Parts: sequence; C-alpha cells; structure tokens
Amino acid sequence: MRKYSIFAVAREALRAHKGWEAQWSSPEPRSSYDVVIVGAGGHGLGAAYYLAKEHGITNVAVIEKGWLGGGNTGRNTTIIRSNYLYEESMDIYEHSLKLWEGLSQDLNYNVMYSPRGVMMLSHNVHDQQSFKRHINAHRLYGIDNEWLTPEQAKAYCPPLDISKTARYPINGATLQRRGGTARHDAVAWGYARAASDRGVHIIQNCEVTGIRRGPNGEVQGVETTRGFIGAKKIGVSAAGHSSVVMEMAGVRVPLHSTPLQALVSEPLKPIFPCVVMSNTVHAYISQSDKGELVIGAGTDQYNSYSQTGGLQIITHTLDAICELFPIFRRVKMMRQWGGITDNTPDRSPIQGVTPVPGLFVNCGWGTGGFKATPGSANLFAHLIAKGEPHRLAAGLTLDRFRTGRLIDEAAAAAVAH
Amino acid sequence: MLLIHCPYCEEDRSELEFRWAGEAHIARPENIAAITDEEFAEYFFLRNNEKGLTYERWRHIHGCGRFFNAARDTVSDKFLMTYKAGLPKQPIPTAEQAAAIAEEKTVETWEATEGDAR
Repeated sequence: MRKYSIFAVAREALRAHKGWEAQWSSPEPRSSYDVVIVGAGGHGLGAAYYLAKEHGITNVAVIEKGWLGGGNTGRNTTIIRSNYLYEESMDIYEHSLKLWEGLSQDLNYNVMYSPRGVMMLSHNVHDQQSFKRHINAHRLYGIDNEWLTPEQAKAYCPPLDISKTARYPINGATLQRRGGTARHDAVAWGYARAASDRGVHIIQNCEVTGIRRGPNGEVQGVETTRGFIGAKKIGVSAAGHSSVVMEMAGVRVPLHSTPLQALVSEPLKPIFPCVVMSNTVHAYISQSDKGELVIGAGTDQYNSYSQTGGLQIITHTLDAICELFPIFRRVKMMRQWGGITDNTPDRSPIQGVTPVPGLFVNCGWGTGGFKATPGSANLFAHLIAKGEPHRLAAGLTLDRFRTGRLIDEAAAAAVAH
Repeated sequence: MLLIHCPYCEEDRSELEFRWAGEAHIARPENIAAITDEEFAEYFFLRNNEKGLTYERWRHIHGCGRFFNAARDTVSDKFLMTYKAGLPKQPIPTAEQAAAIAEEKTVETWEATEGDAR
C-alpha cells in the first residue's frame, strides 16, 4: 500500500494522477479462514483491521451482501459523542471517542473527524435536571461535558432561537466540545484499505445464506451465494439484519429492526458551526463540509426492513428544526433516505459470546452505531481473538437479558429513540 | 405512511391513528413465578423480528382504542390482512381472496371518495 501524504499528492499532480492504486483488493474467497466477519460496515471492517493489527490474525474475510459501507455506515448523520449516562455505555463510547481522535493518522486516511462540539438542548425543568445529572456523571468519569446558559448556547451556535416566545423555548444546553462529526464513507473506506493492506479479504456482493455447524454445535463456516466458506470463528456484525443472520445459527436475539430516516438540504455556505440535538422535540442537525444541512429524524414505530420510512416522521423533525432555527425555514431539502436500525429492549448494544461455540455477535447499536465504530470494532476484535469480552465491553453481553443486568439507556441517557 | 384496516371499525385509516404493539400471539406464561430465567427472557425479550411475513399487534389508539392483529410483509410494509384480537393465527389469504377482500373494503381516501369517483 502506498502511503497517502502531501508528497504523494505532489508526485501524482506531476504525473496526471496516473499512479493512484486501488484502495483495497477484491480477491476470490479462499475455501476457509480463521475468522469470517459477516457485514462490511464500519464495525465489521474495523474489527477485521484490529484483528490484523492488534492480534496478528490476518487470515480473515469480511463478507458483505451488498457493497462495503452501503448499509447504515453510509446512511447515518455522522454524529460522534460519548455523553451517555451509564458506566458501561460511557466506557465503550469514550473508548471510541479516543480512537476517533487519532483515527486518521492510524489509518493513514482522512476520516475528517471534526470535534466541533455537540450541543444538546434543554427545554424544560426536567431536561435541565437530568442533563445536569449527566454532566456531573460525565465529569466524575473523566468525560468532558459542560452546562451552557441560553445566551452561551446562542453564542456557540448563532442560528439558534432563544427568544422567550419561541415555540420550543430553551432554558440551557449541554456541550461536549470533543464531540462532532466525521466523514462516514471515509471511515468504511479507510478501514477497508488498511485491513486489505494487512491481508484481510473483503468479499462484496456475497450474501450469507446459512451458518454450518458441526456435531458439537460449533461453527464450521458460512453458506454464501458464492459457495461454502469455512471458518473457525464467525463474527456477526450485520446491524439491522442481525436477527436474520443469527437465526441461521438458531440463536434468537432481542432485537427489533426499524427504519430510521435522515435527510440533507441543498448546500449552503458555512452557517452552522456545531452539532445540535434536541431530544425533547426530536431534532438533530449539523452541516457537512459540502455545505448540506444533515438532519436526523426518528424511527418508525413498526418492524421493517424496507430501508424507507413514513413521511410524517421527517415532517415532524423538520417542524422542530424550523422552530429552533427560523433562519432555515426557506431551505429546500434535497435528499431523504432510510436505514434499518437494530434496537434492543434497553437501547444498549449487544457484544459478546453466544450459546454457539465460535459464534460472536456485535449488534443492537440501534440508532447510535456510527459514533461507536472504532471502539466497537476494536473491542469486537478483542472478543473474537480472545474468546471473551474486553473489560470495557464486559457488560454488553447477550446474557444480560437473562440475568436482568440491563443497561437502560432508553430511560436514562442522552439518546432520543 | 401506512394505511391500516381496523377490523373493528371496518375502515382503512391512516397510520397516525394507530400504535404498533409488537409481535402477536405471545401468551404470558400462566405460572410466571415458577418459570426459569431463560424462559422469562424468552417470553419477555426474545422476538422473531422476521424479514418477510410477520404477525404483529396494532392498537387503534385514536379510533376505537382496541388491539387487533395483523399479518404484514416487513420488506414491502404491505399489510396482508388484519383480524380481531383473540382469534388464532390466521392463514394468509391467497391473491384472489386478497383481491376480494380489497374490493369489499371501504377506502376513505380522497382519491377513492372524491377524486377518481368524480
């Protein structure tokens, strides 16, 4: 792999850009691998990368039914933050945030991580009390977060309407300055390039149709549309389709898959300096480097794999955006799409061993998987390599639904599902 | 937005009037205090989450307020049928039966009552 640098850009500029090589190879699958990862999104590709880099396991294939990064990795609103309430969540999201900070250098790929600050709006006394509790919890745990008055929030994000007569008045906000955004496609491509360089096979357009198991129940490999591929260990990282893949091994997981929509506006000149979220009125907004306002809506209420959603969901979000930022009322929306999110009952992810020997699962990231990409991938690689969870992911087991040790972020934390 | 047929009101109404209520035909164990943790997790948390045909509950919360069951395709989001709560899991109607059912239904969209009819 040729390293990307300013010298490479200069060299290619003088050679009519004829020297750039393919970022990853697309080899024919081998008959078997040490590890097969199902799903080439950010989490799956990242896990393959960390398996090769940190655990020396390079006989790895990442199998993807579509194209890499074409699922939720390419469909999210790219928000990065770690201001969750419970220790299990703070552990993994903060681990992830620390990896984001050095990811471009680590991968030699500009993932455009931009710590522009994530502001969460408080609209009422309850919001204020719970957000201040969050801030205290975060500070005790070594995670940055601070309280802003409405005037300070307005100073940080000038388009915000803080007037007393606003439809959704604001009585303060939290600000995590290290939070921000990254370029979602670059994350998938960067991990794919770095993994491929270390010998990982990325096999696209190859759908897993079954999981073959041996006499003792252990995994032997995966049946795919391109034939059987043997594997000593299988890691399932299939997001919205995790239930479908796990069912192939006879494992039921407590997930329901629902569409989550996002939309972007026509490109504007730089106007929006940070990420703003309001859980109470349900709106997420930031501005991409292309100038589009990136807006996240809510999930539909029913199970679906349709990768689309109801129009009433996005109009509800746009209602809130127009009230919070009256300046955007005449902006035209350009594109809208949906992804399929895999939601757990407690809205915390599942990463751990399964009742099937050799089968590992990483799912349930729901509506918040992008921010967790490096951390989740890093800890999933540890899980697959060692056969047991890393200390930071020890609470995320599938078994918690039996023991009752739920991590109830749905009720507690800064997530708006 | 979905158009949902309430089997009690016998009308097709907008999804805004309904609340999704999870997988259908899950019976609460009668001896709930005696079952094991595995059985409780199975009953309480584990769901089929099918890709394709699914049986699920809906509630006509802004209409008659009643729960009913539906068979729906989760890939196309198309409702195959709805039926009253308490009935056993119903067989999926054939294409002909579905067409006959659709003919009978009262569809109160503007297109049906005003637009095309006019």
